[in-house]
Amino acid sequence: MKPSIRIGCGAGFSGDRLEPALVLVQQGELAYLVLECLAERTIALAQKRKRQDATLGYDPLLERRIETLLPHLLEKKVRLITNMGAANPLAAAQKIVDIAQRLSLSVTVAAVTGDDVFSLISGSETALETSKPLSDSGPLVSANAYMGIDAILPALATDADIIITGRVADPSLFLAPLVHAFGWSLEDFDQLGQGTVVGHLLECAGQLTGGYFADPGRKDVPDMAHLGHPFADVSADGTAIFGKVAGTGGVLSLATAKEQLLYEVMDPSRYITPDVVADFTQVRLTATGPNQVRASGARGQARPDTLKVSVGYEAGFIGEGEISYAGSNALNRAKLAGAIIQERLQDRFSDLRIDYIGSTSVHRTNFGHFPDPYEIRLRVAGKAQTAQQAALVGEEVEALYTNGPAGGGGARKYIHELVGIVSTLINRNQLTPQVTLFHA
Amino acid sequence: MTIKLYDIAHSRAGDKGNTLTLSLIPYTAEDYPLLCAQVTAEAVKQHLAEIVSGEITRYELPNLPALQFVCQQALTGGVTTSLTMDTHGKSLSYALLEMCIQS
Repeated sequence: MKPSIRIGCGAGFSGDRLEPALVLVQQGELAYLVLECLAERTIALAQKRKRQDATLGYDPLLERRIETLLPHLLEKKVRLITNMGAANPLAAAQKIVDIAQRLSLSVTVAAVTGDDVFSLISGSETALETSKPLSDSGPLVSANAYMGIDAILPALATDADIIITGRVADPSLFLAPLVHAFGWSLEDFDQLGQGTVVGHLLECAGQLTGGYFADPGRKDVPDMAHLGHPFADVSADGTAIFGKVAGTGGVLSLATAKEQLLYEVMDPSRYITPDVVADFTQVRLTATGPNQVRASGARGQARPDTLKVSVGYEAGFIGEGEISYAGSNALNRAKLAGAIIQERLQDRFSDLRIDYIGSTSVHRTNFGHFPDPYEIRLRVAGKAQTAQQAALVGEEVEALYTNGPAGGGGARKYIHELVGIVSTLINRNQLTPQVTLFHA
Repeated sequence: MTIKLYDIAHSRAGDKGNTLTLSLIPYTAEDYPLLCAQVTAEAVKQHLAEIVSGEITRYELPNLPALQFVCQQALTGGVTTSLTMDTHGKSLSYALLEMCIQS
């Protein structure tokens, strides 16, 4: 058994930057690279793409990421674990094989499936958010259960260079290789809790190394343009030392680690994953060198019998329109424009929102102690059943040019399709995780 | 003396459905008791009255040290269907840091 293994995280969301993962593979001396690319809603959108074309439904950036990384992963013998399979891990694995053949490379890919439980959901199950039946939210389009390490471990036991999954809990992507490498018991919940903290700290990639942290003059971060993504050297007892590749930008400090440890955590003493109920309250973070932090002390309790299921539903369309006002009395002219739009659209939209960008649009208040801005942007958003109706919002905002207050400029209009997400629980023994191997 | 939380602490916001999480981390551990004493769940509820309509729960993490606030019904329906600009509520860390306390 190795004294420690190094796992890097090269992507923390679907749209993450490509270069930091390449730097990690080339210079990071990794055993494993993880790319976490699947947010709550991403998989529902992917299911809709798969429905239109059965060969799609995986991460839109998969091709670019794999083309960039594959030669280097194979050369450096770094195993890749990623949830870029999204709604279609089998098609994603085939795509990777196609890319390898095009590049004359030999690769084995393991696709992990079983998270798609749409056929098991009737719609009558209770949504956790609304306490009403799932189908009350709207026409259902997808249902994916959060699988855990038990779905990934059989893939790691093969000789696959790349393990590609659909929906699994983010920390499980990191915990699985630790359990695989160190032979941890699936009943040793303190150990699994500690491994889950490692995964939680890494899963948002740059958010541990100074991304989403900088505040000039208060929390300064050097060379953000070349922000490096993190890795962890994890020992057999689960203690981990986090670092980043020398020469990359960013900072890894107690402050960045604390912000990330608590990120999206509801009850810190009960962080629930499919593998364990982790307790973060006893975690000890120690600065052990420049851009180096050690984490230890997490605990855990038995994993839950149920798995969370993310259920996507069609939520109609959103129409948006924006227009700017600047100079003297700008806020009042924007407010007049907002009142005009309200009157013109209120009969046709039950759900209409009017925001003043530059004043109260982001926090819905300015706490009453900021002066009026020099320029202001009116933003109107409305929900509609059809794209055609949603378009009315932008059309009315644009029409403020000749039918609204003085000095409006820079009108823009947008229409988006909305996919909503609700959750429910499913008994874990209803799932049958499977591994399918692909070779090139 | 009245100070803003921004002067002594930093924060990161996170979201789960319609629930907002806000960490509050003092730059120096010496300020942690001050935060515990004054930045109560009730005080934060009052400060964020126009943003959070549900319950706010505070968790203490003396090991770090840090506080964690979990705010229910804070994201006007949640990331996926909200009409607001910042559907995740990611910018709301800086709304918390606008809160004033006595040093």
